[in-house]
Amino acid sequence: MAEVLRPEMLDISSNDNTSSLASSTELLHVLAVDDSMVDRKFIERLLRVSSCKVTVVDSATRALQYLGLDGENSSVGFEDLKINLIMTDYSMPGMTGYELLKKIKESSAFREIPVVIMSSENILPRIDRCLEEGAEDFLLKPVKLADVKRLRDSLMKAEERAFKNMMHKRDLEANDLYSQLKRAKI
Amino acid sequence: MDALITQLQRQFRDYTISLYQQGFLDDQFTELKKLQDDGSPDFVAEVLTLFFEDCVKLISNMARALDQTTGNVDYSKVGASVHQLKGSSSSVGAKRVKALCVSFKDYCDTQNFEGCVRCLQQVDIEYKTLKTKLQDLFNLEKQIIQAGGRVPQVDIN
Repeated sequence: MAEVLRPEMLDISSNDNTSSLASSTELLHVLAVDDSMVDRKFIERLLRVSSCKVTVVDSATRALQYLGLDGENSSVGFEDLKINLIMTDYSMPGMTGYELLKKIKESSAFREIPVVIMSSENILPRIDRCLEEGAEDFLLKPVKLADVKRLRDSLMKAEERAFKNMMHKRDLEANDLYSQLKRAKI
Repeated sequence: MDALITQLQRQFRDYTISLYQQGFLDDQFTELKKLQDDGSPDFVAEVLTLFFEDCVKLISNMARALDQTTGNVDYSKVGASVHQLKGSSSSVGAKRVKALCVSFKDYCDTQNFEGCVRCLQQVDIEYKTLKTKLQDLFNLEKQIIQAGGRVPQVDIN
């Protein structure tokens, strides 16, 4: 009887978050934003070669539409989209990458998603401004394979850490429950 | 057949190296080649095609913006197209085109009409030259494959 109550045997109800690392071993899903057709083709390939799932859009407005942040849609379930990283060009007509960054950081649903800014210009005040606004990183174009690999590795590490913390928490909860049941002498 | 393959491969190698040495291509082109594999064998050709389409479009924009018959030249419009061309040439490793764009941008910033017109003409010639050379290079690749050989990796350094 007591056997059944060992922590490993208790099925603590699964949490949406478990799917993130466990099932999708491959794939960081990256949303790439760039108004240049050449650069879109290039970044898409860079990301695919780096084992990422890629969605590419040609403007910040379209990016917001995709995320459901444009006010037209109340959000398409965030869990369905599961974007792990947004990479955006800085200089784009209409809304710039910087403005897109701000909108994402203002959104409660998406502010946790790392946003990387790409630019062909090495302008220090621009870089500072982006980092202050919460950009994860600032990459000089043309982006290199090594840059993407570095990004992906650090994001995977962060996800792994979050996953481990969550598992640790579940262990603690399971142990706690086990102790309670044991005390109640079920 | 083997002798033919070897000869073609040598031609390919020499031609590639010359393109780098003469400044037509830079490291970024090498990066593009790294992204090509058996699963995506036409990647470089596809990106370059997009680039040349971009050239046509942007140069036409610049020409229109530099047209004085419609009034004062809007140098910021010219500059915007030059900036875009600089970006895409940088992304594909089109070294000479990119360098021209840098000078062109300066002339836009200083509103130097003659300088701009000169750059416009040069950039037009330059992208067309590159296009011809790359077509020759891709043709060599095709010939090698048709002869049953493999396209060699060329080490620029």
